[in-house]
Amino acid sequence: MSNYPLLSLAIWIPIVSGFVVLTTGGDRNAPLARMLALFGAVAAFLVTIPLWTGFDLANGGMQFVELKSWIPRFNINYHLGVDGISMLFVILNAFITIIVVAAGWEVIQEKVAQYNAAFLIMSGLMNGIFTSLDGILFYVFFEASLIPLYLIIGVWGGPNRVYAAFKFFLYTLFGSLLFLIALLYLFIQSGGSFSILDWHKLPIPLGAQIWLFLAFLVAFAVKVPMWPVHTWLPDAHVEAPTGGSIVLAAIALKLGAYGFLRFSLPIAPDASQELSTLVVALSLIAVVYIGFVALVQSDMKKLVAYSSIAHMGFVTLGFFMFSAMGVEGALVQMISHGFVSGAMFFCIGVMYDRVHSRQIADYGGVVNTMPKFAALFMLFSMANAGLPATSGFVGEFMVILGAVKYNFWVAFAAASSMIMGAAYTLWMYKRVIFGDVANEHVAELTDINKREFAILAVLALCTLWMGVYPQPFTEVMHASVNDLLRHVAISKIQ
Amino acid sequence: MFDNFVVPDLLPAAPEIFLAVMALVVLMVDLVVKDSRRTVTFALTQATLLGCLVIQVWTGTGDVVYTFSGMFVDDMMADLLKLFLYMTVIVVLFYSRGYISDREPMNKGEYYVLALFATLGMMVMISANHFVTLYIGLELLSLSLYAMVAMNRDSVASTEAAMKYFVLGALASGLLLYGMSMIYGATGTLEITGIAERLYGGGVNKTVLIFGLVFLVSGLAFKLGVVPFHMWIPDVYHGAPTAVTLLISSAPKLAAFAIVMRLLVNGLITVAQDWQAMLVILSVLSMAIGNLAAIAQTNLKRMLAYSAISHMGFMLLGIVTGVVDGDARFALNAYSSAMFYVITYVLMTAGAFGMILLMARAGFEADNLDDFKGLNKRSPWFAGMMLMLMFSMAGVPFFVGFFAKFSVLQAVVAAGYIWLAVVAVLFSLIGAFYYLRVVKLMYFDAPADESPISAGMDMRLLISANGLAVALLGLFPQVIMSLCAYALLRSL
Repeated sequence: MSNYPLLSLAIWIPIVSGFVVLTTGGDRNAPLARMLALFGAVAAFLVTIPLWTGFDLANGGMQFVELKSWIPRFNINYHLGVDGISMLFVILNAFITIIVVAAGWEVIQEKVAQYNAAFLIMSGLMNGIFTSLDGILFYVFFEASLIPLYLIIGVWGGPNRVYAAFKFFLYTLFGSLLFLIALLYLFIQSGGSFSILDWHKLPIPLGAQIWLFLAFLVAFAVKVPMWPVHTWLPDAHVEAPTGGSIVLAAIALKLGAYGFLRFSLPIAPDASQELSTLVVALSLIAVVYIGFVALVQSDMKKLVAYSSIAHMGFVTLGFFMFSAMGVEGALVQMISHGFVSGAMFFCIGVMYDRVHSRQIADYGGVVNTMPKFAALFMLFSMANAGLPATSGFVGEFMVILGAVKYNFWVAFAAASSMIMGAAYTLWMYKRVIFGDVANEHVAELTDINKREFAILAVLALCTLWMGVYPQPFTEVMHASVNDLLRHVAISKIQ
Repeated sequence: MFDNFVVPDLLPAAPEIFLAVMALVVLMVDLVVKDSRRTVTFALTQATLLGCLVIQVWTGTGDVVYTFSGMFVDDMMADLLKLFLYMTVIVVLFYSRGYISDREPMNKGEYYVLALFATLGMMVMISANHFVTLYIGLELLSLSLYAMVAMNRDSVASTEAAMKYFVLGALASGLLLYGMSMIYGATGTLEITGIAERLYGGGVNKTVLIFGLVFLVSGLAFKLGVVPFHMWIPDVYHGAPTAVTLLISSAPKLAAFAIVMRLLVNGLITVAQDWQAMLVILSVLSMAIGNLAAIAQTNLKRMLAYSAISHMGFMLLGIVTGVVDGDARFALNAYSSAMFYVITYVLMTAGAFGMILLMARAGFEADNLDDFKGLNKRSPWFAGMMLMLMFSMAGVPFFVGFFAKFSVLQAVVAAGYIWLAVVAVLFSLIGAFYYLRVVKLMYFDAPADESPISAGMDMRLLISANGLAVALLGLFPQVIMSLCAYALLRSL
């Protein structure tokens, strides 16, 4: 099964098909561009499936490893591999790309080829991030993925898109530049290796570990994003086109959280323990304070953006309790959030395409004109609020269970977010969907078409599947998460 | 009388001799060529440069060879830099051709002849092992460039830029000469390797030496264009005809890197602590002022001028981290990273100015930032090329500019100057802003004029090759990286 370079294919199929889509040129060939993009996205998704079916559950180490020399001058290797932590994200990423291409099918009428190409290239780059086992290869993908998203926000975004695009790019670049210096420091300390797996074994004194941890923290906290460096996200989300918001929420936010597990915890375990209170505090602020912020939003996209920050706060909280329950819960939460937030942004996009407003106040009584849509939107709102039997519940519940063992009050604060989440999501849902028909725009709404229904139905199935039977998702994580936690428990100070 | 005269070994200087002869031939031939048939001059010039390239490859041994009584050196660093020099000048002349043939006062054979002489000057600089040789090369380059800047003689801006360039350039040459005379006073020799031996031997008057060093560094800083000796850069880049700006901004950086290596590393490595301390300040200031001032520009040429200042500052980081506490362990790594940086910078800057030339027409300079508005609508392909060049200059992967920054930064971190690396990345973050703005203008804004790009096919192909090279070298940077390292290994 692993005779084929599956991970390389998962990275390069979307990138190459992105460039192929570009060659279709102007908007005269838009239908061809869409078909090619869909074909590329589906092909890329298909090659990721054997990663799951061929995955060895007992092996906590790296699987499907590919290792080639890339820049021997600095001992940089083209080193790929997935473990139980990263594998699901590769698949999620490839899956979301199909959704994104489909989501822009009728909506995007300008520069269609460039639009689809940007998403495909971005998808490939993000697969590169999840699978890189070489520090510089990781960094290269990490930074390069900023370019397509910058263009997506800036070209197809809303009225304030230029500001949002710049803010997004410079904010994330700021974080990653310090990260680069940390990588170079590790390169020198390890005697000339950029292999992340080598760095996991490298003994580092506590002082240096703390600096490294802080450099990682800046890079990943911006990306997650954690309070107080989250302010770029609402801007980026609001201005981005629907597809951009979906990718941003479903995949791009996971990159930062993934970085914590790949870099911060295993490379600087002592500093992680030392500074865990800091991260837990920041996470709780994100969960509670941002929950309140979400409550007062009048813009639907902004509301979901803030709810994403709160949900990601759960993820970082789960990581830094150093228990299997917490880490796995956080991982489940990440995947679930991929489905749910993607679906939420798509639902808002569906309404925006018809009414051209994201303001909650411009809606009301949508259920009267769009009943099918209202039903599906209801499901995702519930999942966003963490209702049992949806995927949103599983992750949050596991993290809270982990938190109870860690500290009761932390668990208490975290659990309060279940209420907050229900409050802001369902209140928005009520104001938008129920009540009397608010104005003539709402009265003229047409219900979702087959394409939109198909997208939402697929996402709904995923949400329910994960909520009812999360076993297939969690079983692949066990071995890797346990290895990670065992590793983190051993001090690297010598 | 001629008893002591030994015929020098001419082979190491064969490309220089060939170029000098051919420059005179081109000058003669051009006398009989009509303005409308300037292609002959052009072709002959390019053939000359190509010939130099062939001779260079053919005669290069890879060993360090001194000739002309130790005034001239041919080593692998020189070979490599000269090869890139020829390629750069060839590309520059291809880019400039359309521009100068659209502008009557510039459409003269002198443009090509002066470019050849400037090239010769740079070659001599690269191979200089003697203060006098170095100075001759430098002046040959500078005087040719002064004349080229002024070639568009009806333009007030160009004339002003030429004056400014000349006056300040002469001042810088004076500083350099004064520094050289001081060092001569301290060591008693003008030969660069001889100076190194004297210093190694000890017993040199340190006060006089350092006094001279300060002037030497100032003169070099001037030629490199780093803060606080950068004043001429924006005005000259802006005022000069774009074709000449392209030449000034690209190839001479290779030569400037070479003379820094010759003077400071080959000659004065024993006082590395002293000149490194000076260069650190220059480097940080350049990154700061270059990047901050570039944000305020509305003219693309001026913006790229400030960006050049900041890039030279970044390149210097590789030079200042060669010797740590008297330990030269990291020298090879550091200097080769600086060399890689300068080579990739030349590639990127040639592409960026080439893009301005591509967009320019007769009577239209296309050098304002706003002239790039909506380029993605007018030509997605060339917008893509400019996008790659800009992201590469900003140091975003997968483009080669990232690996240039990467290699310099790893040298800085290896030398233990982590604070310096942090400063450098923070300023490149500021720098990213103005490169992003160019991308913003091309992609996010609507075009101001919809006219299609009128450049010729050769120009289109070459600029595409240039853009793609930035991307391809970003994917496979190993070749040039290790070439630089190997060349310096054989030369130092």
